[in-house]
Amino acid sequence: MYDVAIAGAGIVGAACALEFSRNGWRVAIVEPAEIGGGATAAGMGHLAVMDDSPAQFALTSYSQKLWQDLSPSLPPDVEYLPCGSLWVAADEMEMDEVRRKYDYYSARRLPVEILDAQALAEAEPNLRPGLAGGLVLKQDSVIYPPCAARHFITEACKLGAVFIPRRRIVKAERGSTHLDDGTTLAAANTVLATGTAASKMIPGLEVQPRKGHLVITDRYPGFVNHQLIELGYLKNAHSVQTDSVAFNVQPRKTGQLLIGSSRQYGMEDPAIDAAMMSQMLARAVAYMPGLRSISAIRGWTGFRAATPDKLPFIGECPDRPGVYLATGHEGLGISTSLATATLLCDLLLNRESAIPREPYAPNRTFAHA
Amino acid sequence: MSGVIIVGAGPGGIAAAVTAAQAGAKVTVLDDNVAVGGQIWRGGYHEYSPWIGRLAQSTVTLVNGVRVVSGDSDRRTLLLDHQGEAEELSYSKLILATGARELFLPFPGWTLPNVMGVGGLQALVKCGLPISNKRIVVAGSGPLLLAVASYLRKGGAAVPLIAEQTSLRDLASFTVSLAAAHPAKLWQAVHLNPGPRYRSGCWIEAALGSSRVEAVRVRRGTRAWEESCDYVANSYGFVANTELAALLGCKVEHGAVKVDSSQQTSVGDIYCVGETAGIGGVDTALVEGQVAGYAACGQLPQASRLQPARRKARSFARLLNHTFQPRPELRTLGQPDTIVCRCEDVPLARLRSADSWRSAKLHERCGMGPCQGRICGPATQFILGWEPSSVRPPLFPTCLGNLLQENSVK
Amino acid sequence: MPDIRLTVNGVEISIKQGTTVAAAVLIADVAAFRHSVSSQPRGPLCGMGICYECRVTVDGEAHARSCQIVCRPGMQVKTT
Repeated sequence: MYDVAIAGAGIVGAACALEFSRNGWRVAIVEPAEIGGGATAAGMGHLAVMDDSPAQFALTSYSQKLWQDLSPSLPPDVEYLPCGSLWVAADEMEMDEVRRKYDYYSARRLPVEILDAQALAEAEPNLRPGLAGGLVLKQDSVIYPPCAARHFITEACKLGAVFIPRRRIVKAERGSTHLDDGTTLAAANTVLATGTAASKMIPGLEVQPRKGHLVITDRYPGFVNHQLIELGYLKNAHSVQTDSVAFNVQPRKTGQLLIGSSRQYGMEDPAIDAAMMSQMLARAVAYMPGLRSISAIRGWTGFRAATPDKLPFIGECPDRPGVYLATGHEGLGISTSLATATLLCDLLLNRESAIPREPYAPNRTFAHA
Repeated sequence: MSGVIIVGAGPGGIAAAVTAAQAGAKVTVLDDNVAVGGQIWRGGYHEYSPWIGRLAQSTVTLVNGVRVVSGDSDRRTLLLDHQGEAEELSYSKLILATGARELFLPFPGWTLPNVMGVGGLQALVKCGLPISNKRIVVAGSGPLLLAVASYLRKGGAAVPLIAEQTSLRDLASFTVSLAAAHPAKLWQAVHLNPGPRYRSGCWIEAALGSSRVEAVRVRRGTRAWEESCDYVANSYGFVANTELAALLGCKVEHGAVKVDSSQQTSVGDIYCVGETAGIGGVDTALVEGQVAGYAACGQLPQASRLQPARRKARSFARLLNHTFQPRPELRTLGQPDTIVCRCEDVPLARLRSADSWRSAKLHERCGMGPCQGRICGPATQFILGWEPSSVRPPLFPTCLGNLLQENSVK
Repeated sequence: MPDIRLTVNGVEISIKQGTTVAAAVLIADVAAFRHSVSSQPRGPLCGMGICYECRVTVDGEAHARSCQIVCRPGMQVKTT
């Protein structure tokens, strides 16, 4: 008899497994494929703070603090790299946005720094000349998420959690969770941390796949120092209808460069779209011309779980008592996994949370455009 | 530019090219190496085969130093990396003669400098490595061992041991089958004098040395001994290079591209010949290259006439592959600290905790290096039973700039 | 055809035309072409350009697969 069965051992499910286990609950985690093998493996593994909305800022900054507290205990294969994020401004209009963000983050006591054109060139010599400057978020960092997910599962199991590999939860109701082999787990509650697959189990759930492409290079240590993102990234993440790309390059501890990002709508085919990948890389090369001659060794795609307001679903599923959602994190799943786990745990244990939970409630209504 | 594009200028690609050109097609052959011939005819010297001369005299356009990085079978295009520059090529018919690579099975010390594949060392010698008075242990599986040992001895090397993993009983049984079904091959075999120190049921257990190999420890039954050496030539047969075919959507079964009797794959207008359609050696590649060359040009009666020769070649290949397949003991050569993924230095112990190729890749970095799992993948398949994952572009590491669609279609 | 001269790690050697860089490095009695991610010495394995163990720096360009490159006069080859 379990207190909770968790569907999905991606970063969110794994974080939930550990948090519930730490609080003394009996946990089962059910995963049909590889631990951290879905969107968790496909994404860029950044631990970032974003200020798209107050609720997004609250969730990302809270979660970032939890990651910081955790970071000393993370094993080496999680590749925790406190490189900071550098939002790159191409022109004066984007520098206005830099200054706005600076004020916003400073007021909330996040360590940030404005770089003018020269300071930017010194911080990142491989950026093209002629950029206006940037904003450094010093507390942002980068990890390798599949190993983080595995670490959380391992730690959860040490505390008594049971990992059920190569099985899938197909039906969930209060008291029982049904697996694809016909067996049933006696579990008081179920958490669905299944990314885009959640909408298959909960018809009508407003989680849509948002396809992204990524490319990783061979080892070129020192080519990039911070995670680099163009300010235009925000415009792209905003847009609900059009396919888009944005410059986003991340250094890995191995010295490899991870290059993104692209967003496409209504796509279910995981095949690489050569035209989309080309567009994405062209954007990257426009910001860092030296990338042209760097060796690309692998490319892949992944599907972010996107909701209409870019905030995840963390809480009880409407009309399904005992079934909880932890999905819809779009591009911030890694960043907000820890806060998601803590908020969900707070909810089930009937505790106050460090931040308000309402903005992420699954039963919220959306002001559709 | 459309017409017949052939990927690979080994025996299969050459035979296909010459045949198609003679049938009137506009033919282009693409190859990664500096000269034609693939592995077995490396260097492309005319003495190797009359086919090389026929190619030289044909109307075929040859492009060397080029790799196919990606392709689109709907648009019938290939994306090439031609000495660092991207080019897009379109085809009407495509013949894949991408050959095979050697199967490497990890053992302690296999990563020491101067430990190479059997074909690998031969390739280096053909490309200028002098081996006069060097001691070289040749080990592994199959007739290639004898061919290479003989070649090395002619180059002045001492080959103190040829270690064939196949048992004496299986070799004897093979000889009997040759006599029954392929007497011409038996006659050839009789003339392949193995020379001194050919040992069956024998394999390398470890390579010893600090900064380069100095000796190997060899096992034969209950006996183990050390053999000092300057180089080791060790590999256990071949793995078909099916990646491009798979990327283009061709059905691949048991590590070989599925083809019909005209060498047609499961994707329209794409053919596959030789090793990539199943390890089969030179004879198979030559006959299948011709079949595909005819078939791609619509000359089906000519393709048909080659069916008996094709069947015979494939039948011999099956017998060869069955006889010389790696034995179970080779699964146990690797120790916990033996490196399996050389690009990322992942030892066997770390792979034991994974339950699939993908899990090993995501959690242990196995297969995440520039060889893209070409060396470690088949090894893990043999040792751990893992099926490989699906193939994605780029098929080979290539400059990021080459993935930008700035180039016009040729 | 006359032999050609090139340098391997600063040392000049003379080799036959048509020799690959990989063979030249071995002729120069260098066995470690590169070091692996955990600093083990490595040299060519497959001889056909797919294992990436034979990589050296040729005329300043890193990650060159030496078994696939024919020597040119005056080439500067560096192992890493």
